[in-house]
Amino acid sequence: MIKIIIDGKEVNAEVGDNILDAAAKNNVYIPSLCYVKGEKCLGTCRTCSVKVNGNIMAACTIPVSEGMNIEVNEPEVTDMRKSLVELLFSEGNHNCPSCEKSGRCELQATGYEVDMMVSRFPYRFTPRKVDHSSKYIWLERDRCIFCQRCVELVRDKETNNKIFSIKGRGTNARIEIDKSLADKMPEEQVRAASELCPVGCIIDKSQGYDVPIGQRKFETETIKQRALKGNIDE
Amino acid sequence: MNKANKNEIFSHDLPATRLDPATQAKRDAKIQVAMIGFCGCWGCTLSFLDMDEALITLLDKVNITRSSMTDTKRIPGRMALAFIEGGIANSENIEVLEEYRENCDILISVGACAVWGGVPAMRNVVPLEECFKEAYIDSPTAVPGAIQVIPYHEDIPTITTKVMPLHEVVKIDYFIPGCPPDGAAILKVLDDLVNGREFDLPSSMNRYD
Repeated sequence: MIKIIIDGKEVNAEVGDNILDAAAKNNVYIPSLCYVKGEKCLGTCRTCSVKVNGNIMAACTIPVSEGMNIEVNEPEVTDMRKSLVELLFSEGNHNCPSCEKSGRCELQATGYEVDMMVSRFPYRFTPRKVDHSSKYIWLERDRCIFCQRCVELVRDKETNNKIFSIKGRGTNARIEIDKSLADKMPEEQVRAASELCPVGCIIDKSQGYDVPIGQRKFETETIKQRALKGNIDE
Repeated sequence: MNKANKNEIFSHDLPATRLDPATQAKRDAKIQVAMIGFCGCWGCTLSFLDMDEALITLLDKVNITRSSMTDTKRIPGRMALAFIEGGIANSENIEVLEEYRENCDILISVGACAVWGGVPAMRNVVPLEECFKEAYIDSPTAVPGAIQVIPYHEDIPTITTKVMPLHEVVKIDYFIPGCPPDGAAILKVLDDLVNGREFDLPSSMNRYD
């Protein structure tokens, strides 16, 4: 156990924990989108940015150390986190009213937590091609936020090869699916991949709109409550 | 959309019978509110009606002038509040929205279409030409054998290339997202503003769908 300071309060933290987990254990919620507890940190979304000894860093990428001064609910960095979420909403085409993932979408739930009503950035409406060619998965590229969870964490059972990948760079970057490997995915893996996707990009073709509005995942318990309990996915 | 040298009379230019002075004075003493729906489905106005009995208390304090429910065609004077739903999809929308900005103290953008474009903005990823072709030329409901035309006339508003959120045209003061927002969320915002409190939509009431 070591001592760290979160928002001016001295608290205990376990050696080896990153700031995100250490804060959650002390009942301080830091919004995050790409981090999956127990998996290696991806550090792609930066939504968990906090001030560490005065410098802005992604909380999931930094292990705690003795005497570390962490500012979470500080106005400048709070607004920065909000602007990162707003950027994601303007970059893709996030049509919540028509999305199967609505109500169980981590991006949407995080939007509520950072108090986003509208994006401060112009909505871009970039045309992105959908890929419905694989047997069990709809690939709705409009919604992809490039968190790379699926790229790193979804692998073929036999070969351990990656099933999802990012092709192209900059504005041409897009998520791709290896159709031959994807068609071999067992039902549970398809379901798990769809759950792993923080948005509605990877959609299980056999599932959709099956929970009534008001009873959906993040409506029964907000993403903040789930994160503080230690598991967003349960 | 007034055009000079045209032989036409608008209903709002016709002579009207005045209200009796007592009723008029009562109305004038209330907070003046205007409403409008641009490119959307009027679902947000239905959500407005979902305030149910809370509407009665609200109407003790506010007077709704122009709206789709009152059928008043013009804003009759200076408004304190405007409740606007729908995105901006044609030249007439822009003209009316600018008129609202000039005549209302506070503009509230209500619903997904007003906030970011919503369902109508799904056409933004398709070139306008293709949209017109799909709607008028290659339409599955086109009359067989007839010459297919894309409507064009000076009296028809020009369609914008993209559907825009309201705040890309004029300054918007507050936003209530949702498709549609819950009646309770609309009530929370209007009740706060009408009673002189700050705008505050808690995250528990904030919904994007």
